[in-house]
Amino acid sequence: MILIPVFLSIILVYTVFAVYAERKISGFIQDRYGPMEVGPYGILQTIADLIKLLIKEDIVPKSADRKLFIAAPAIVFSAIFAGYAVLPFAPGLEASRASVGVFYLLAIISLDVIGLLMAGWGSNNKFSLYGAIRAVAQMISYEVPLSLSVLAVVMTCQSLDLQEISYQQSLWIKDFSKISDNNYLFGIQSSDINITEVGGFLTWNIFRNPILMVSFVVFFIASLAECNRAPFDIPEAESELVAGFHTEYTGFRFAILFLGEYAIMLLVSFLASILFLGSWNSPFPNIGFLRLADWTNGYPGTISGIAWGAFWLISKAFSLIGLQMVIRWTYPRLRVDQLMFLCWKVLTPLALVVILISGFWRLMMN
Amino acid sequence: MMTKSHIHKGAKSTYWGSISEGITSLLAGLLLTFKHLFQALRYKREPVGVENKDYFSFDKGIVTLQYPHEAIPVPDNGRYRLHNEIDDCIVCDLCAKICPVNCIEIDAIKSTEEIGKTSDGSTKRIYAGTFDIDMAKCCYCGLCTTVCPTECLTMTKTYDYSEFDVRNMVYHFTNLTPDQAEEKKKLYEEKQKEKSKPKSQETTKPSGTEDAKAEEKANIPKPAFKPVIKPPASTPESREDTNLKPEEMSGTIKSGETKPEEKKAAKPVFKPVIKAPTLNPKPEEESNVKPENKPATSESGEIKPEEKKALRPVFKPVIKPSVPKVSQSEEASNEQDRKQDATDEKKGSTDEPKSGEVKKPAKPIFKPVIKPKPKQEGEQGDQ
Repeated sequence: MILIPVFLSIILVYTVFAVYAERKISGFIQDRYGPMEVGPYGILQTIADLIKLLIKEDIVPKSADRKLFIAAPAIVFSAIFAGYAVLPFAPGLEASRASVGVFYLLAIISLDVIGLLMAGWGSNNKFSLYGAIRAVAQMISYEVPLSLSVLAVVMTCQSLDLQEISYQQSLWIKDFSKISDNNYLFGIQSSDINITEVGGFLTWNIFRNPILMVSFVVFFIASLAECNRAPFDIPEAESELVAGFHTEYTGFRFAILFLGEYAIMLLVSFLASILFLGSWNSPFPNIGFLRLADWTNGYPGTISGIAWGAFWLISKAFSLIGLQMVIRWTYPRLRVDQLMFLCWKVLTPLALVVILISGFWRLMMN
Repeated sequence: MMTKSHIHKGAKSTYWGSISEGITSLLAGLLLTFKHLFQALRYKREPVGVENKDYFSFDKGIVTLQYPHEAIPVPDNGRYRLHNEIDDCIVCDLCAKICPVNCIEIDAIKSTEEIGKTSDGSTKRIYAGTFDIDMAKCCYCGLCTTVCPTECLTMTKTYDYSEFDVRNMVYHFTNLTPDQAEEKKKLYEEKQKEKSKPKSQETTKPSGTEDAKAEEKANIPKPAFKPVIKPPASTPESREDTNLKPEEMSGTIKSGETKPEEKKAAKPVFKPVIKAPTLNPKPEEESNVKPENKPATSESGEIKPEEKKALRPVFKPVIKPSVPKVSQSEEASNEQDRKQDATDEKKGSTDEPKSGEVKKPAKPIFKPVIKPKPKQEGEQGDQ
């Protein structure tokens, strides 16, 4: 229960500064400054924007379907926020250690689609409806490669429990994992190179099962589409659809939709970190007497364990968000047909092949 | 690189070709944006002018200049806001004559003796009763500065001086208050009289001044602007001081500092000019002065038509929508009435500036309310 306010405040603070970071990054990429006037280096710009947003008039269009229109932002945000329930925030610290965590998470963020469709349909606006239809088509399509890439991880770890997946990538695999006891280099047991005590990035899932690197790329691309972020932002393509499904939203409702978008960015980044990038574990391995992994990790359940765990998980998630932002300001938007081509003809077959290979790889692991 | 990507023209050839081309081009794109991202963190364009030899060497990093805080320096021969160093001005009127857009207005008051010397040694014999430059009209040709014999009129480097009210673009450079100008003028006229007549009028001075005042107003068309000048005349010195600052600071202009000062200096100078002095002093003067002075070129005459022009177009459209309700014949008569009203107003206001001006704001407000009703009421309301 204590994690609800923690995650909520993390999302709120993160959203404020993610918007700022996004504007700064886009500015730097385009050789300009970005916000500079409000506060030192414009750091308070988003807070000013937020205050402006909250004091705006709440307008519900006359011809809108009032119930759907009002309910949509709440559904979008709550569906995404519900996904945070199963995230292991640190060793021994999670809102719910559901043994079907990954499954639950993918299922619950799919509800997001219903919210978006309600928003687009309820607005009674052509732009909104187009945006919603595109969003639904895109998100449902990209859930296939997303789920398949996650499935490869689940096969490797033999668990749907996100905390279990995290423990398998940690130094304490012996004590806490219910499934595995040891980590071998690249997961090959026959190589007899036991790296359980080495830890660091070598025990991340993408190294325990190197084919998961491909899976990670698939997951990352699909998650961009899932977040409706550029280059997959055709649901809210500014140049075509004004703002897509949230064209008609103002003030607080718009803020909630916006919050939902940034929350799902954070959520998929957390998920990618947990599934592929070693969760809350430090990236530094123990090298001889340099016990980097020991120094930068805490024993599960202790305060240092929680602090280090939260630090590493948030750092990894934020790095991925930074990458998402750079990608947004680098690539042009895909056409609808290119979008579907990428999803069904490239990513889905690739994810299927990865599943096949990681199945064989699993046989080589213990 | 180029040839390779031409061979694998993926998007047009094969499935694998398009995928590999996609991957390579995506990576190239990411590299490019990352390069710019990191360059932007390290390098930044300096605010130097084109005359600097480093000007073309800033080819990476942030290109934005944060204008109010930093600006590219103005070249030495840049032509921006005019400034007249009134102490060096001999009021020769050359600048006003050569100005292609007539933006300089000078009211020269001859002096009886030498007033002083300019800094280059020229003798000053004429007071500038008015030295107004309307920077809204100025075309920045710089002709006035080239003809100026004492080089008191210069183009400064201040270019950021926009105003919300175009009337504030008129800069007053005289160092005489209207009272002083009046005094000098009287003095000169008296001297002229003395020259033409033997000295006999010395005793009648006190009564003579009032007559002179009245005469001036009746004869000279220009004094119309006199009340306009009053408040600003006391401040030009302070404004010049603030104006000088941005010029003196070469290189980056910290106009964040200078701007507010300029505005503070400018606003109080001009605001009272139009609102308070024209409206308030007038009734007093006019009640004192004989009625013959009023027509056409009276003090209020020049300013008021402007105000009227501003008012008219605003209110006319308000009235029209109500017209369709009335029948056509009524409409026609209404229109006539309206025209009459309009002309009446014009006459009234020009003839009796005081009453016309007081009524004006009230009338348009009532019109739209009353018009839809029977037209007699409307007429009553108008008159």
